[in-house]
Amino acid sequence: MQPGALSKALKSGAIWGFIVLELIFFSVAGSYMSLSDTAFMDWENMLLLLKQSAPIGIIAMGMTIVMVNGNIDLSVGATYAIAAIVLLDSMTWPIFAGLGDWVIPVAWLLALTVGTALGALNGLIVWKTGVDAFIVTLGSMLGYRGIVFMFNGENPTSHLNWTLVDLAEAEFLGLATASWFLLAVTGVVWFLMTRTVHGRNAYAIGDNRDAAVNAGIRVGPHMMINFAIIGFLAALSAVVFYSESGSVNPNDGQLYELWVITAVVLGGTKITGGAGSVIGTFGGVIAIQLLRKGLGHIGADTSTVNLVIGLILIAVLFLDRQLNVKGKEELKV
Amino acid sequence: MTDAKPILRLDGIVKTFPGVRALDGVSFSVMPGEVHALMGENGAGKSTLMKVLGGIHQPDEGAIYMGDDRVVMAGPLEAKAKGIVFIHQELSLAEELSVAENIYLGELPRKSFGRVDWTTLTDKTNAILKKLNVGFDANTLVGDLSIANQQMVEIARALTVDAKAVIFDEPTASLTDAEKSVLFDVISDLQADGVGIIYISHRMEEIFKITDRITVLRDGQYQGTVNTRETNEESVTQLMIGRKLDLTRNASHHEIGDVALEVRNLSCGKLYKDISFEVRRGEVVGFYGLVGAGRTEIAETLFGLRDPSAGQIFLDGQEVRISSPADAITRGISLVPEDRKGQGLVLGMNCRDNMTLPQVDDLKAGPFVAEGAEIAIFDQYRDQLDIRTPSWRQQVGNLSGGNQQKIVIGKWLSMHPSLLIVDEPTRGIDVGSKSEIHKLLRALAAKGYAVMVISSEMPEVLHVSDRIVAMYSGRIMRTFTSDEVTEDNLIQAISGIKADQAA
Amino acid sequence: MATVSKQQIGSVLAKQGILIAFAVFIVAFTFANSKFLTVDNVFSVVRSSAILGVMALGVTFVVISGNLDLSVGSMMSFSTIVVLDLHDKIGPFLAIPAMFAMTLALGALIGFLVGYLKLNSLIVTLGMLSAIHGLTLTYSGGKNMDIADKEGTWFSVFGQGSALGIPVPILIFLLLAAFLGLVLSKTPFGRKVYAVGGNGTAATFSGIRRARTVFFCYIISSACVATAGLIQASRSLGSQNTVGQGLELEVLAAVILGGASLMGGSGTIFKTVIGVLILGFIQNGLLLLGLQFYVQFVVTWIIIILAVWLDIAAKRGKLMSPIA
Repeated sequence: MQPGALSKALKSGAIWGFIVLELIFFSVAGSYMSLSDTAFMDWENMLLLLKQSAPIGIIAMGMTIVMVNGNIDLSVGATYAIAAIVLLDSMTWPIFAGLGDWVIPVAWLLALTVGTALGALNGLIVWKTGVDAFIVTLGSMLGYRGIVFMFNGENPTSHLNWTLVDLAEAEFLGLATASWFLLAVTGVVWFLMTRTVHGRNAYAIGDNRDAAVNAGIRVGPHMMINFAIIGFLAALSAVVFYSESGSVNPNDGQLYELWVITAVVLGGTKITGGAGSVIGTFGGVIAIQLLRKGLGHIGADTSTVNLVIGLILIAVLFLDRQLNVKGKEELKV
Repeated sequence: MTDAKPILRLDGIVKTFPGVRALDGVSFSVMPGEVHALMGENGAGKSTLMKVLGGIHQPDEGAIYMGDDRVVMAGPLEAKAKGIVFIHQELSLAEELSVAENIYLGELPRKSFGRVDWTTLTDKTNAILKKLNVGFDANTLVGDLSIANQQMVEIARALTVDAKAVIFDEPTASLTDAEKSVLFDVISDLQADGVGIIYISHRMEEIFKITDRITVLRDGQYQGTVNTRETNEESVTQLMIGRKLDLTRNASHHEIGDVALEVRNLSCGKLYKDISFEVRRGEVVGFYGLVGAGRTEIAETLFGLRDPSAGQIFLDGQEVRISSPADAITRGISLVPEDRKGQGLVLGMNCRDNMTLPQVDDLKAGPFVAEGAEIAIFDQYRDQLDIRTPSWRQQVGNLSGGNQQKIVIGKWLSMHPSLLIVDEPTRGIDVGSKSEIHKLLRALAAKGYAVMVISSEMPEVLHVSDRIVAMYSGRIMRTFTSDEVTEDNLIQAISGIKADQAA
Repeated sequence: MATVSKQQIGSVLAKQGILIAFAVFIVAFTFANSKFLTVDNVFSVVRSSAILGVMALGVTFVVISGNLDLSVGSMMSFSTIVVLDLHDKIGPFLAIPAMFAMTLALGALIGFLVGYLKLNSLIVTLGMLSAIHGLTLTYSGGKNMDIADKEGTWFSVFGQGSALGIPVPILIFLLLAAFLGLVLSKTPFGRKVYAVGGNGTAATFSGIRRARTVFFCYIISSACVATAGLIQASRSLGSQNTVGQGLELEVLAAVILGGASLMGGSGTIFKTVIGVLILGFIQNGLLLLGLQFYVQFVVTWIIIILAVWLDIAAKRGKLMSPIA
């Protein structure tokens, strides 16, 4: 075994160990304290959990790419809300009146295009100005949210298309539509990051940007593509969720960026870029959702969920650091 | 060779930056199968010339020819496509990727859907690694390799393209002797294939061992090209600095005082073991050895930056435990660190603030920093060390390397230490500043300072030291007085050969 | 020569750009609406910016030391809720110091994690954002907090009172800015903050206790948050437990707008104050022009990007990034 292999194995396995721990804890604690009669590890319950993980999970896959790439995107919550509004609003536009149910793919396409364009805009600014992605997306988080309000002021935007709702509520092979989307996105992004040249270059750029530039990788367009991908996925997440709910508030998606980043970091992606895995992120998403559901199952309220997730995030960071300490010989700087 | 056409020729290159004429009509050529050294002090224009060659800078005047064709290097990619390969001094590898991915970074073989063609990638890489005779394979993570092996990955990268010319920029800085000889074998293989080699280095012995011709730059101007066989170190040095360099030894002409520092059986894990020595007032003790011999780590321990695993440290006869740099400073120890920009200076701060940083808590007027006292300290050391800066307000990052180093030295002299440790005091600074710093170190000893000098440059160690501690792989091999030491026995000691074995 | 003078103009513009933009803004809005530059309006802008401003002063220390603080918003909600709750339980005299002690304890925890344990400040304060929010919800039982006797308490002085004709929140903001400005620019501690943020390793090699310096930056930040919470509570005398939500990013925007670099080592209190005022005046000016509040979001976005872009463009001497 190579040096450091143990700590690497521990790290990549840690999130799954944590999930198992959560399952055991909530099952045992649940049987004493549960308010409901069903067991926590009920099959239906687990399927529901997967479905509920979808909105955060789909965006988290995009965030994994962007963070491995050495950037971050704080504007995903606002992009999510814009895409939702475009989806629901566009179905009522007079020019599409003659389309019947064909308005659905048109609305989907519009929402996804808008999301991709907003992501690409972030990427373009990062590329051309050289301003740090944290600042660029901090700005567009405000700016995009402003655009959200321009549609309908502080009023919700609603439109229920029953064909669409049926589609979104459909199940295939026992899994809900949203779950299928989450799994498909996970698979595609995993393939992208581990098997394609674009994905491997994303690691190279995040790890050592100068090396990548010297090797002739066009870093600017590469980063812009990744921002476009996360914009697309934020829109896809909105499309999946709002097809079913049919109503969006202008504040929807707020703090999503924080949840998403939490999931990605829990899944082992390095905040400085260059390291991270899609499967780990999937674990991080599931772990957070399990925690929310589990705490609810044993009767804790949302406040406890916030508290526990915050503390766990810090604990993971601490453990990660402890695993990486080289020993007493290390330089004390 | 005189009949052959140069494989690469730079002709009358001029490059100006705002306020500086970095290259002033420099010409330079490489023959196929030739190793051509490019030499010059720091700031002489070597790296600018190479950046022009690599397409990072465009020349204002002059042209680049490959064979008979005039070429324009629009960027690094184009230079690479034309067969010009750089092996950089600073490693440019991605640690989380495999050896194969690093070697073919930017040109990973593709299959359909943009997939990486792993089979081709691994096969091609292993073929190259076999040539280099290294002990790792294509799928090893670069982060798991030693620095020397990472350097080999850089070199392997050069072998992937159909190279016409390969530029080595200080390639041996972190290599052991064994690794160096592998590198030199690689270079002679490339030579045999008719590749032109540009070799940038400050190490004379290497230059004279492997190069065919030497071109010297000074202040952006071409000083001449000489055949290596027809010249010697002294005349090359003269070309570089434009005057003779005094490398005579210094015997001390003053009293050696009491023991200021004594170290007994000090160990720190695998970094160094069983180290014992003493430094007296009025004495300069040189620490000589290869990179990784443990010299810097001893200095860091004495400065409270590492905890020793065993052994004792005595200052003026009192046993001490030094827990932090702040602790070391209050005990009268100063360290001029190895890495000037990373450890010595806050580049965004001005000269004055950098110089007074260790004593900012002591320079107070009421609750505030006494800026007048700070300026007085700065002025004193600016005059004493001849620091050239328009004013104390200048950001340290804008000064030349030599002046930066003098700021660091001034910062620690102003603490009036009882023990001064300097680690590679003249690395990367021009020859003129070098000899000033050497004089200063001798003068400090004469004033009764106890001084430890760590250096990888033999002339420097021989020049400034009263005694020399030779280290190899974390251990002290031998301590020489200035009468005993010769170049030969010093080289034997730092190569791990014990005195009795050599005899 | 033309290029040189163009560059010089560019660098002056970039260095003083934020002040110039500020001036242009004021002039433009004054022409657009005569009410803009009246004493009443200026007072109302500064007063409404005071809470954000007080928090930005503390975050300036954290950012210069090379770290981030995303927890100030939820920490401010915490302070507000706690002081309102304790007001009725133990009276304002004891409630204020008790609230400060609890908020400083949270700051100390973050300072310990980031300073002494050297954990990444973005993630730590992200975690603390969530954790403190949970703490506040638990403390308040999820309910809004109100003072029972709103007429009969002197507690309202911090948010609603005025002295020498100047509203107290403005006084607090300006006095604190003056005090912290001196601390940062004139004291040994301030010097160390710049050194630690500029090059932490070099600071350590100069004998500066880096962990302690970072720790005290978070202490200062949490003290500012507690002050902001006090003003907030005193102004409204009742509050939702999400009152500070999202403020962390607005605060950061103000600090960055003032020209502090997220890399650490640069920025000043004066510039942060300018950043805060710009945000305040934009908001106010756009409202006076009859535009909706959300237009301000979009304008802020554009201004932040332009400000930071000009700043780094001046440093590299080129407008466009060299990224290929």
